[in-house]
Amino acid sequence: MSETGESREALDARGLLCPMPVIRTEERIKQLAPGTVLEVRASDPGVLYDIPSWCRVNGHTMLESREEADEQVVIVRVEDA
Amino acid sequence: MSEQPKAVALLSGGLDSMLAAKVVAEQGVHVEGINFFTGFCVEGHTHAIRQKDKDKAKRNNALWSAEQVGIKCHIEDISQEYVGVVTNPKHGYGQNLNPCLDCKGFMVAKAREWMEANGFDFIITGEVIGQRPKSQRRDTFPVVADESGAGDRLLRPLCAKRLEPTLPEREGWVDREQLHDFTGRSRKPQMQLAAKYGFEDYAQPAGGCCFLTDENFSRKLADLWQARGTREYDLDDIMLLKLGRHIRPAANYKLIIAREEGENRFLRGYRKRFHAVQDLDNPGPLALVEGEPDSDDLDTAASITARYGKGKMADRIRAEITPPWGEPYVTEVAPMPPARIPEEWHV
Repeated sequence: MSETGESREALDARGLLCPMPVIRTEERIKQLAPGTVLEVRASDPGVLYDIPSWCRVNGHTMLESREEADEQVVIVRVEDA
Repeated sequence: MSEQPKAVALLSGGLDSMLAAKVVAEQGVHVEGINFFTGFCVEGHTHAIRQKDKDKAKRNNALWSAEQVGIKCHIEDISQEYVGVVTNPKHGYGQNLNPCLDCKGFMVAKAREWMEANGFDFIITGEVIGQRPKSQRRDTFPVVADESGAGDRLLRPLCAKRLEPTLPEREGWVDREQLHDFTGRSRKPQMQLAAKYGFEDYAQPAGGCCFLTDENFSRKLADLWQARGTREYDLDDIMLLKLGRHIRPAANYKLIIAREEGENRFLRGYRKRFHAVQDLDNPGPLALVEGEPDSDDLDTAASITARYGKGKMADRIRAEITPPWGEPYVTEVAPMPPARIPEEWHV
């Protein structure tokens, strides 16, 4: 649980090339309850396009995306989609 | 069946599958898209690696298509099971190592499994009679329907009026009159329909996102199979075939030489799986040596690698050779002159 009370999960998708990080994200989100926040860490810049796109079409909320050195971090809130 | 009919649409990322999904969604059917990752898609991987591709749009075309149509899209990894389709296609290959008919049957079969698991009613594809010489012909359509197990739950909305009515049409889940009668290789009807729906900036060429239809890639894959004496492969093999300069001086080993910095970085990730060779004295590419090279072969590999670096005009260079999981050692070689690298070594 975070300070704001939501459940937080992490997914390490480093070393995977798109679309594998998206596939792993979908697989993980299927197992998570609505309201859970999932932080995906990746090394393919394509996730900065693909995961937000995947969230839009599948009804989940993209909270944040950023680059940290050579890695990308995308934070998604699981919705009741 | 649920009150609102449900269809799963195969989305390749090309125009035809996007139109097919839209035609059915417009009739009030609940449509969700599915896209299968086989490992052979041209997009994505190489764009992520190669420096010169960094500025290209990185969108995933299947997701983009789904967004245009206004439907969900699921991306499924079928790369492991797909090995059997590529290595042993019942219906053979197309012009290169593209097993298009087997591929279509396999994907529709996977869509059928998804349909059954998720309580959907039928499957949509963007196939058009006569569009593809190998897999989209009037006589191959029943093959796909039968071998996938989809039977008459497989609807091809873009050419349905030229085919026998399927279950969704007979049951009234979709209105046959609102489906289409496209045929042949012309793209005009699709482009007109795209304009009607306001679709712009769709992927071109239609559905061409498969390395197996590429002559150069197929040649490298055939070389890999021949060298190994088996048609097996894994995802790393596919990745490495997409990148670098491939040179096979002898049957027992092959060099994969990076062509630019992005490929250099990517190949570094494979140093524990293959021998790695790099010029120590001059800027130049990293090369991986695949196979079972002996020490003379590795010296030859170092000499070839040096030819593609800044030290290509030097008399001698020192090269570092790192065996898989081993300690690096240094060898001294002369960069190989281009004339001594015969054309037939280039895979």
